[in-house]
Amino acid sequence: MADTLTIKRTSGSASAFIPMDALRSSGPEYSKLVDISRCIGCKGCEVACKEWNELQSEPTANFGSYQSHKDLTPNTWLLMRFNEIEVGENLQWLIKKDACLHCEEPGCLYACPAPGAIVQYTNGIVDFNQENCIGCQYCVTGCPFDIPRYSARTKTVSKCNMCIDRVEAGLEPACVKTCPTNAISWGSKRDMLAKADKAVETLKQRGFQHATVYDPSGVGGTHMMYVVPHGDRLADYSLPTDPTASPAPLTALNFLKRIGAYLFGFSLVGALGHLLAFGQESPDEHE
Amino acid sequence: MAISRRTFIKASVAGAAGISALGFNLQPAQAAVRQLKIRNAKEYRTVCPYCAVGCGTIAYVHGSGGLNTTNTVIHVEGDPDSPINGGTLCPKGASQMQLAISPRLRHQPLLRRAGAADWEEVSWEEAMTWFARRFKDTRDATFEERDEQGNTVNRCTGIGWVGSATVSNEDAYLISKTMRAMGLVYYDHQARI
Repeated sequence: MADTLTIKRTSGSASAFIPMDALRSSGPEYSKLVDISRCIGCKGCEVACKEWNELQSEPTANFGSYQSHKDLTPNTWLLMRFNEIEVGENLQWLIKKDACLHCEEPGCLYACPAPGAIVQYTNGIVDFNQENCIGCQYCVTGCPFDIPRYSARTKTVSKCNMCIDRVEAGLEPACVKTCPTNAISWGSKRDMLAKADKAVETLKQRGFQHATVYDPSGVGGTHMMYVVPHGDRLADYSLPTDPTASPAPLTALNFLKRIGAYLFGFSLVGALGHLLAFGQESPDEHE
Repeated sequence: MAISRRTFIKASVAGAAGISALGFNLQPAQAAVRQLKIRNAKEYRTVCPYCAVGCGTIAYVHGSGGLNTTNTVIHVEGDPDSPINGGTLCPKGASQMQLAISPRLRHQPLLRRAGAADWEEVSWEEAMTWFARRFKDTRDATFEERDEQGNTVNRCTGIGWVGSATVSNEDAYLISKTMRAMGLVYYDHQARI
């Protein structure tokens, strides 16, 4: 299966830092677009995410916020963060849909040493394969957005997979489909960028001079973009202002790994050659 | 140079080790993608019961529908063809599969007796007898045939009734007719509370 999915990068392999060449021209790059100005905070997306991915519900208690849970967990891949911030004279909810942004240059994948545990497809989805995960949690450190969560019970790390099973079958992710206010939309990255630009223009006309599209270049752009009404207050939305991810350490590591492998091989071949050429040393031959 | 059997075996082992070191495959197995869980499910178009908006939904069902089979709901999501919601659902609607499969669903009536702190599970028979007795007594005590101006009103103001979002059309019709016939005026729906 998986005709519509072509692997671009795989963790723990050479293709992590040199993307695989697709044999066929790949399909569109998909992207979610979260227009924060349209969100009413109903959390329908959270429920749809739990329902589709069959994630267990987690009891929560009121901790003085409209937010459902305090943090993402291995069972909560999507959390609406309700940041209550004073903007001018008004108290505002700077809502953030906290889930994997599916970076074009994924820090988690670069950091992952387990072959095949993290895979990036040409359509932009970065997927975790728990059966290959070794539970080292390097991805947690490697992620500039603090998204992957480690489960001590399963000894693996989980995060949003952009409903890859749905996308593969031609459906939009569950959170996108359920959003009643069209705050989350889905389409090719190109179309979503155009839509985002239009939304920003409208916001600017309505007086949000700092409205902007959040598609950080430090990670090569993301496959979940935001339209941020108060673009000058990214930190208040709990959005990193300049996230970066680079395969440089991994490139060095892989280079050394290669050299080590070759050296090991050559030394064995050399030892074999010596054995065949000069034979086994024995006390008798010396006499 | 004569190669003894011992040397040959040693050479083979060394060679195999050398080849496996050089040919160490860093390329992992192809990542498998989870299959779409609704791929073989039957689709039933239905309507979300939770409020008056009436969002169209699709219930995905496993089971052949055969004589000996009870179908099982495996997933519910919005109906993209519905002009009401275009496939979207609010958090309540998105969780409505729980109506069918939740392990917390009650199958027995609960009764909290006068003065008791906790609910107790009772039989349907006991619940209905209790209910009928209380209903009749309250209605007899509070029924008004005429108001202060002498207009005929025939109303029962001592009882309120709250309908449920999860009853069927037919149930709702019966509830409505019965309660109106009893003269109830405080009559509302759970979705509006």
